[in-house]
Amino acid sequence: MSSIATQAARAADLRRRGRFRPGDVALHGLTLAAALAAVSLLFLIAWKVTDQALPAIHDFGLHFLTTKTWDPGTRQVFGAAAFLFGTAVTSIGALLIAGPLSIAIALFLTELAPRWLRGPVGALVEMLAAVPSVVIGLWGILVMGPVVADHVEPFLKRTFGFVPLFGGDPSIFGLLPAILVLTIMITPIVSSVSRELFLGVPRDLKEGALALGTTRWEMIRGVVFPYARSGIAAALILGLGRAVGEAIAVTQVIGGNVAIHWSLFKPGDTLASRIASQYQGASSAKQVSAIAYLAVILLCFSLLANVAAQVIVRRFAGRHPVAR
Amino acid sequence: MSTMASPLDGGGRLRRRRAVNRVMEALATLAAFAAVGVLVIMVISVAKRGGGSLTLDFFTKLPHPFSFTPVPSGLANAFVGTFVIVGVATAIALPIGVLTAIYLNEFAPRRVAFLVALALDVLNGVPAIVVGIFVFALVVTGRGQSGLAASFALSILMIPLIARATQEILALVPQSTREASLALGVSRWRTVVSIVLPQTVGGIITGTTLAVARVSGETAPLLFTSSLVGDKLHFDPRQALATVPLKIFEYSESPDPADHRQAWAAALVLIGFVLVASIVARAFAARSRRKLGIRR
Repeated sequence: MSSIATQAARAADLRRRGRFRPGDVALHGLTLAAALAAVSLLFLIAWKVTDQALPAIHDFGLHFLTTKTWDPGTRQVFGAAAFLFGTAVTSIGALLIAGPLSIAIALFLTELAPRWLRGPVGALVEMLAAVPSVVIGLWGILVMGPVVADHVEPFLKRTFGFVPLFGGDPSIFGLLPAILVLTIMITPIVSSVSRELFLGVPRDLKEGALALGTTRWEMIRGVVFPYARSGIAAALILGLGRAVGEAIAVTQVIGGNVAIHWSLFKPGDTLASRIASQYQGASSAKQVSAIAYLAVILLCFSLLANVAAQVIVRRFAGRHPVAR
Repeated sequence: MSTMASPLDGGGRLRRRRAVNRVMEALATLAAFAAVGVLVIMVISVAKRGGGSLTLDFFTKLPHPFSFTPVPSGLANAFVGTFVIVGVATAIALPIGVLTAIYLNEFAPRRVAFLVALALDVLNGVPAIVVGIFVFALVVTGRGQSGLAASFALSILMIPLIARATQEILALVPQSTREASLALGVSRWRTVVSIVLPQTVGGIITGTTLAVARVSGETAPLLFTSSLVGDKLHFDPRQALATVPLKIFEYSESPDPADHRQAWAAALVLIGFVLVASIVARAFAARSRRKLGIRR
């Protein structure tokens, strides 16, 4: 028979064991360490890339952003203006095409397609995101490039030649092929995020609109779009971030050129493609540092874009829990 | 108007509304099929151009530096290099990713979990080329290029993918199984290791397969970490290794049609691997979700 004292001792023992278990602490510590390692990578990247760029930041300061020279020769003057221009033109151009296209795809997948078709078509569109960028670039040079140079650009020139964007001589390499390649690469991302958003629009709102006699398109414009507005903005920002950061496929088709001009047919360079194209050629420490400076600009932009997009997505998800 | 128009037979206004609706529906359908069409065209053109060069030699022979006469040559060193680099990257990223996911789902307080998940998603958005520059600055400037440096770069891309995929599947494990285990007096870590994790193995494999598929084709992080290579075959990750994506990149910029043929063949292998891996992973994911009793 156990006395009250031993019972109390056992209870205390149990309580203590409940509080302290070496295995629990070990697993907690181990997983925390892994999480910290993963998170610290982000800071490590920001620190080390900036560190590598310090000499160039010191030499050129913010003038780097407005200098359009890239001279690794004797003058050793580097600037990002031409690449900023190329990045802006290609990624905004790609977004202008991919944005409406992706939203349309998402609408098809959530509102229009018969149920049996939604899974396969959705999966195929996402497969497009799985195609490696170097393969898209190869296809872009050897298959899409000639079509663009022989048919698309002459057609644009004949029809819209008075717009400076479509002046100049058709060529396989240039900003337009880069825009098209980027469009192919960001459409799957923007459309899959938009699809998730549209799935979250409450059914009763949509059915309410239809019951009032709206057509399907009016229901989409009046209910689906306003409901998902902020989420769509986030999806577009994510797409923009992806387009700005894509290096390989763009390098393959854009032609490589330090210039600011309005013709989409001429070659240029984006921040990312300039970095990629320098991989064998960095001859001086100053050039290496200038390349890292380009990476710093790229990193700043992608951090801003991704944080903004993710915060919007999370707030959206918090306010409108996706009902499944 | 004196004549009563029934709202159902429609005057000009309703007809216009319906027409707009039909046009919009047609455009949306067209957009979806255009996207699928681009994928199909791309796969077919790669298959058509690369299929002919896919011989056994392609996998077992080494590239010929300059071949004016048509010598059969292959990319054995690149296949070996990609295999080694991606293998090492997976070995680094898998434990870190899974442990991070366990922390997120099983231990972290809400606020911390929010921030860690946000950091992972932002890390996922860091351009691959910037990761390449990071590893270049951290490792390559001191010790030169190596397969290990490339593996490190790829593992940075894999960690967020594996962690988020694992966390998603962990969140699907019913809370009641954890509570049942804890109620039996099983400690927390045993509950996680023996009760929760076994239910998520399928999901972890799926996430890892998708991450492997994604990074096998990555070229940007390799440019500055494992690009200066000869045409020798070796397995040593402490030296720079040739890789399939970089070979495609180099050959695609070459003017020589023979190089283009090699590039197409390599692209066919790569695209085949990536697409098959994604399809298998998806099918597997659907199955393991069903097992966990979640219907979507």
